[in-house]
Amino acid sequence: MSASAVHSLWTTAATDPIDKIGAPDIEYGQLSPTLIVIGAAIIGILIEAFVPRKIRYYAQVFVSVVALAAAFAAVVALAAGGYGTTKAGIAAMGAIAVDGPALFLQGTILLAGILGVFTFAERRLDPAAHGNKVDSFAAQAASVPGSDSEKAAVKAGFATTEVFPLLLFAIGGMLIFPAANDLLTLFIALEVFSLPLYLLCAVARRKRLMSQEAAVKYFLLGAFASAFTLFGIALLYGYAGSVSYATIAQVVDGTVAEITPALAGTMGNDALLLIGTAMVVMGLLFKVGAVPFHMWTPDVYQGAPTPVTGFMAAATKVAAFGALLRLLYVVLPGLRWDWRPVMWAVAIVTMLGGAIVAITQTDIKRLLAYSSIAHAGFILAGVIATSPDGVSSVLFYLGAYSFVTIGAFAVVTLVRDAGGEATHLSKWAGLGRRSPLVAAVFAVFLLAFAGIPLTSGFAGKFAVFKAAAEGGAGAIVVVGVISSAIAAFFYIRVIVLMFFSEPRPEGPTVAVPSPLTMTAIGVGVVVTLVLGVAPQYFLDLAGQAGTFVR
Amino acid sequence: MSFLLTATAALPALGAIATAAVPAAKRNAAKWLALIVSLATLVLAAIVLVRFDPGGDRYQLTESHAWIKDFGVRYELGVDGIAVALIALTALLIPFIILAGWHDADPLETGNKRWRPTQGFFALILAVEAMVIISFEATDVFLFYIFFEAMLIPMYFLIGGFGDRAHEHGEEAASTQRSYAAVKFLLYNLAGGLIMLAAVIGFYVVAGHFSLQTIAENGVPEMATSTERWLFLGFFFAFAVKAPLWPLHTWLPNAMQESTAPVAVLITAVVDKVGTFAMLRFCLQLFPEASKWATPAILVLALISIIYGALLAVGQRDMKRLVAYASISHFGFIIMGIFAMTSQGQSGATLYMVNHGISTAALMLVAGFLISRRGSRLIADYGGVQKVAPVLAGTFLIGGLATLSLPGLAPFVSEFLVLVGTFARYPVIGIIATLGIVLAALYTLVLYQRTMTGPVKAEVEGMPDLRVRELVVVAPLVVLLIFLGVYPKPVTDIVNPAVKQTLSDVQKQDPKPEVEAAK
Repeated sequence: MSASAVHSLWTTAATDPIDKIGAPDIEYGQLSPTLIVIGAAIIGILIEAFVPRKIRYYAQVFVSVVALAAAFAAVVALAAGGYGTTKAGIAAMGAIAVDGPALFLQGTILLAGILGVFTFAERRLDPAAHGNKVDSFAAQAASVPGSDSEKAAVKAGFATTEVFPLLLFAIGGMLIFPAANDLLTLFIALEVFSLPLYLLCAVARRKRLMSQEAAVKYFLLGAFASAFTLFGIALLYGYAGSVSYATIAQVVDGTVAEITPALAGTMGNDALLLIGTAMVVMGLLFKVGAVPFHMWTPDVYQGAPTPVTGFMAAATKVAAFGALLRLLYVVLPGLRWDWRPVMWAVAIVTMLGGAIVAITQTDIKRLLAYSSIAHAGFILAGVIATSPDGVSSVLFYLGAYSFVTIGAFAVVTLVRDAGGEATHLSKWAGLGRRSPLVAAVFAVFLLAFAGIPLTSGFAGKFAVFKAAAEGGAGAIVVVGVISSAIAAFFYIRVIVLMFFSEPRPEGPTVAVPSPLTMTAIGVGVVVTLVLGVAPQYFLDLAGQAGTFVR
Repeated sequence: MSFLLTATAALPALGAIATAAVPAAKRNAAKWLALIVSLATLVLAAIVLVRFDPGGDRYQLTESHAWIKDFGVRYELGVDGIAVALIALTALLIPFIILAGWHDADPLETGNKRWRPTQGFFALILAVEAMVIISFEATDVFLFYIFFEAMLIPMYFLIGGFGDRAHEHGEEAASTQRSYAAVKFLLYNLAGGLIMLAAVIGFYVVAGHFSLQTIAENGVPEMATSTERWLFLGFFFAFAVKAPLWPLHTWLPNAMQESTAPVAVLITAVVDKVGTFAMLRFCLQLFPEASKWATPAILVLALISIIYGALLAVGQRDMKRLVAYASISHFGFIIMGIFAMTSQGQSGATLYMVNHGISTAALMLVAGFLISRRGSRLIADYGGVQKVAPVLAGTFLIGGLATLSLPGLAPFVSEFLVLVGTFARYPVIGIIATLGIVLAALYTLVLYQRTMTGPVKAEVEGMPDLRVRELVVVAPLVVLLIFLGVYPKPVTDIVNPAVKQTLSDVQKQDPKPEVEAAK
């Protein structure tokens, strides 16, 4: 934990003679959650290669769920063993931090991942094609939409079971992302979780062209953002002579003055620091979908298969906010007088932008996308607090939000008509008359999004706003409540539509899902209400996890 | 430590869940269940009333448990005289509301097995009752806030889901206007609530806790003058929307017009009281200096409410809208009484809250019975009802006379107290406010004249008089109106000590009379 215990793989390699490189020192136990998930992903690939097509689906679901549950158990064991608090430290030669925030976020991501697998594995919603049960994914992603080969694939009962290893790889990257303790690990984790997500976006069974378009947009913009991040990392390396968080932080504070000879011309140059920081933060803000880097969100959320959207909306946000928190709190606390005003502005435009644009949406998935943008703004309000309370409030918010999100998107998958999911809002009219239970559950999620008391959304919102107000950001709180009021309008509009509008005669039906989706929705509702009524235990958990190791 | 207060709020909450769970076919069981639960709650409220000692501690029957430690929130309940009176009012009115709305939520189509509006309707009423009662009981600002906000959701469904079936433009238009009214209700109140949320957070940052009981012991936390004023405004804004105070009142006529008569009573006689109650309990106690600072402006707004509400009531064509605007006028009186900062004014205001609840319930429920007979809310569609249905017309008249504060009926006492209390400190405002009484006489008597007297209209011919169920609803209310008009002491005895304490919080004493009392 002390600064001297921190190594930097990369600087050591540059200064020491080559023959002295020893075997890296890896703490397998502390890294076990990530290793389990990535290992399972590799097993998943082997299953694709060697297991007969008929039982692949079962094998993949089994491996994924077991691996994620095992990884979650490992996280719990680590947290119980004190790795979140007293024994928190740096692992893998300085590349990974194992501390409270990392474990809390990893746990959240893994739970979101398990529910994600459940929604991915749902095969009862679409009518069976040629006697084969089908899920939300294309029979054969590589076949051209509408072509003969697609029809042949559907007829043969193919299924894109590759989605499960892809999901596991994405989760593996997400587990590393908030724990990354140097910039290169950060970047690699970013790519490891982004690339599978790009692919997952492209493999919808219905509306395939839209899905592929979404994937291409996501990929192009994401690659652009990644390039920014990488450029920023290079600049920061030029500034600090290291990619290690601890070292950069020391250089920013001025406690390290030794200059790497090769970088004598650039080290300590504040221009590099500021530009580099801005670029890296930009890449992270892209991932959380903050204005003005949010343009991809609505298209991708709408086009991607809904289970993927739900998982992505929840888990990506958790991982990216974790990484952002660590970057700002560990690397750049010395620079907070520079980044705070900028983040203030970003938070304000994100809250207002997301809430205002959402009003005009007519598609439920786009609406939820803009709502997620507004929520990113609320979470940023907690990030700005720069206090332990701020960290724990963000952690709590992320945990609460991800369950609401997965649940809400899972409900979206149920409402269907002949063309697949009926996502246009007008088709949801009168849903409350036809299926009161589904509509009521969705209303609970919407009320949680709107931050009505006795739901998790309110507890989370109160936590971040309280932290922001204590951090002196009263103006943010005022903007926050105003945009909450605006946001409430469109959540309520959906509720009005469901309960008070007359059902349309050719309206959609609500499919009865298998226990898998029911579990995802049920867990979402329970967590939403429990965190709303009795949040203390989870606030404690997040509060204990509020300290970063450095 | 007793659990009486928790039980009083928890019983209707559990009743709501049970009522909602009644199977679709057993509609009548759901109604009876809701009625029994509301009567049992009334019994509990009566026990609270008996156990409460007006001369005792400020907060009685207190309960205190840790809840959300991180937010400094405790589950703290306790009642003072004002709260006890309002809890009793709430518990008293709900059985009448349920009984009056007995057939309001019978499903039009019985084919759809999953759609169970009746169960939902009565469950929502009980849910509202639970939340209103707990907001009267809460002595923790945050706890109060949670239910103050959460209450909006069942109210919203009651307004939007169960509208008045009498509509001049048919079911399609009714549905549209109903959801418009529900959304308007929700957005106004939610916006007010969210502004208050910012102030609640600000209060926590300043005070570090939310407990009124702690404040009663240790005094109000120190805060800068400007902070106090901002926080006061944040709280007051939410309560002024709820109350409602001009110019934040425009949701009320829509909501009352579109909802069924029992729900309209629920809004104006029960739920809106939380707003005025909270002004007394939270605005004055937490921010005494800022309350005094804002008094002139608030009094002017209250005065505008009184006159404006009454004037608009005179011009209404729709009975329920008329009652809504009359209520706005009355809420002006209540708020004026609170902020006059005299003991008569505040006692009068509290008494007014109770009396207004009863008198509006009487008037509105009878109006609802009338409307359900003819299928129209328009005043012009009626005439000569007193010849066809004399009992209905008679109770309607008593409700109307109570609304115009006829001496001998309960509202007179409170209105008189409010005016006296205001006059003692702000004579000009007091004098102008008396205009409100004159206008009240105008709108109620004109309403009565146009609907009940004159030649019997063809559509009114053969209109049945009040049925037994309807009489059971109206008769007790009428008795209460007369009883409290002649003998208001039971209520004032309970209320007065609490009012004295509130006044000592804001460090105001009653102005000395200018004319020495005769020795």
